[in-house]
Amino acid sequence: MTHEIIISGFGGQGVMAIGKTLAEAGMHEGLAVSWLPSYGPEMRGGTANCAVVLTSGEIISPMVQEPTELIAMNKPSLTKFEPTIAPGGMVFVNSSITEIKAQRTDIVAYYIPCLEIAHELGSAKVANMVMLGAYIAATGFIRPETIREMLTHIFTGPKAALVELNVEALRRGAGCVDG
Amino acid sequence: MKELWKGNEAVAEAAMRAGCRYFFGYPITPQNEIPEYLAKHMPARGGVFVQAESEIAAINMIYGASGAGARVMTSSSSPGISLKQEGITYLACAELPAVIVNMMRGGPGLGNIAPSQADYYQATRGGGNGDYRTIVLAPASIQEAADFTQEAFDLADVYRMPVIVLADGTIGQMMEAIEWRTPPRRELPAKEWATNGHRGERPHNIINSLFLDVADCEEQNCRLQERYELIAERETRYEEYMAEDAEVLFVAYGTSARLARAAVLKLRAQGVKAGLFRPITLWPFPEVALHARAAMPSMKAVIAAEMSTGQMIDDVKLAVNGIRPVYLVGRSGGAMPMPMELVELALEVLA
Repeated sequence: MTHEIIISGFGGQGVMAIGKTLAEAGMHEGLAVSWLPSYGPEMRGGTANCAVVLTSGEIISPMVQEPTELIAMNKPSLTKFEPTIAPGGMVFVNSSITEIKAQRTDIVAYYIPCLEIAHELGSAKVANMVMLGAYIAATGFIRPETIREMLTHIFTGPKAALVELNVEALRRGAGCVDG
Repeated sequence: MKELWKGNEAVAEAAMRAGCRYFFGYPITPQNEIPEYLAKHMPARGGVFVQAESEIAAINMIYGASGAGARVMTSSSSPGISLKQEGITYLACAELPAVIVNMMRGGPGLGNIAPSQADYYQATRGGGNGDYRTIVLAPASIQEAADFTQEAFDLADVYRMPVIVLADGTIGQMMEAIEWRTPPRRELPAKEWATNGHRGERPHNIINSLFLDVADCEEQNCRLQERYELIAERETRYEEYMAEDAEVLFVAYGTSARLARAAVLKLRAQGVKAGLFRPITLWPFPEVALHARAAMPSMKAVIAAEMSTGQMIDDVKLAVNGIRPVYLVGRSGGAMPMPMELVELALEVLA
């Protein structure tokens, strides 16, 4: 089992954080993982993407040319990376700010209104967690409990309340791909 | 237990685990997480972190601290490493141990901040003046970045010379799961030459890279060369991947070796017997082993893959010594030799 994922969006959308969370969760699930940022003279509002490889075998190359899944947090990301997705792959589109649809018919597309859901939950900051929830639900190789466990280590003390907010964001994201 | 580490931070942590308590550096992308991490953690472990006023100042602080017997490190990226060359040749001549990390970026000049391997000549030929060498370790993963940084300090102390950890922006920025482990123990000589305080209990030590007398200077050169020969004998390292029955052999180090490995698997899936030879020490270059591999009767061609317009290929050609054709996939400016390019060239040269 190998997943090669490109996660792309504007700087500030939590694109790198989605990737790091996936990589760490994969590691806790016993997979070999790598996380490679496209680092550039980038800033909030600029473009950002990262490549994550998760595999039950050995990571050959951390560079992803033909992703099995694309997470597109904005329209330019969908336009840029859709052509690179492996046949039979998946794309997750942040439909809150992407009015276009995926063009290809040999991939499965999910449209997640990340921002609307995040606003309903009371914090725009969890939009990326909504997307992550959709991803792990559709792909099914990372258990939500693994991420929940990680969250309890990240958010401690006065921030402990954020665990439930993030877990709810994951759950709502998952709801977008179930059935 | 496995932990997720970013390359730059793993290098910084590895240095402290190896007993480095003095870091002098100057910021430059894509290695900034090294000084950032050390600025935060070095003082808490009783060490000294100095952001110098320039790269030149930093390498000369290395000279001073190393001369006093301390384990020292500096890090930078390509243009910053160019500025350090005078200090490195002084370290080499004065026989001072030091670890220098270069997270290479696109050049020449200020270039860009994308990953590159175009400082191969500079690192392996001695980028400064005079006849000297530095041991050059090339990690291809975050695990190796952590392991080799620790080993670099021992190598520097054993052979009393600067050791370069040569990686690129990809290794610096990437995160992988690693395990912390200590390198195999080496017998470390006492630093009897150090210019530390001794309350008049021994004659003064002098650390110097000036030998005005011709005979003295040649003698110093011969001393260094003898040591370099010893290092070539003892410390040359490489790794092979599916090379035993190969008809086409990629030679690549660091990040390029990861890509070449993917190309090997793609070719094997098509029934082409491809293999990889990965130099781990770029100096000393594993020329004897590479020659032996290239000389196998099954071998038809050798392909150097690097993130430069062709630097390591010189060492590959010296090793292969004309017995097989040597081709190049060389990308520059932040571009990489992608697996499909390597596959296409391999198929072309075998046709």
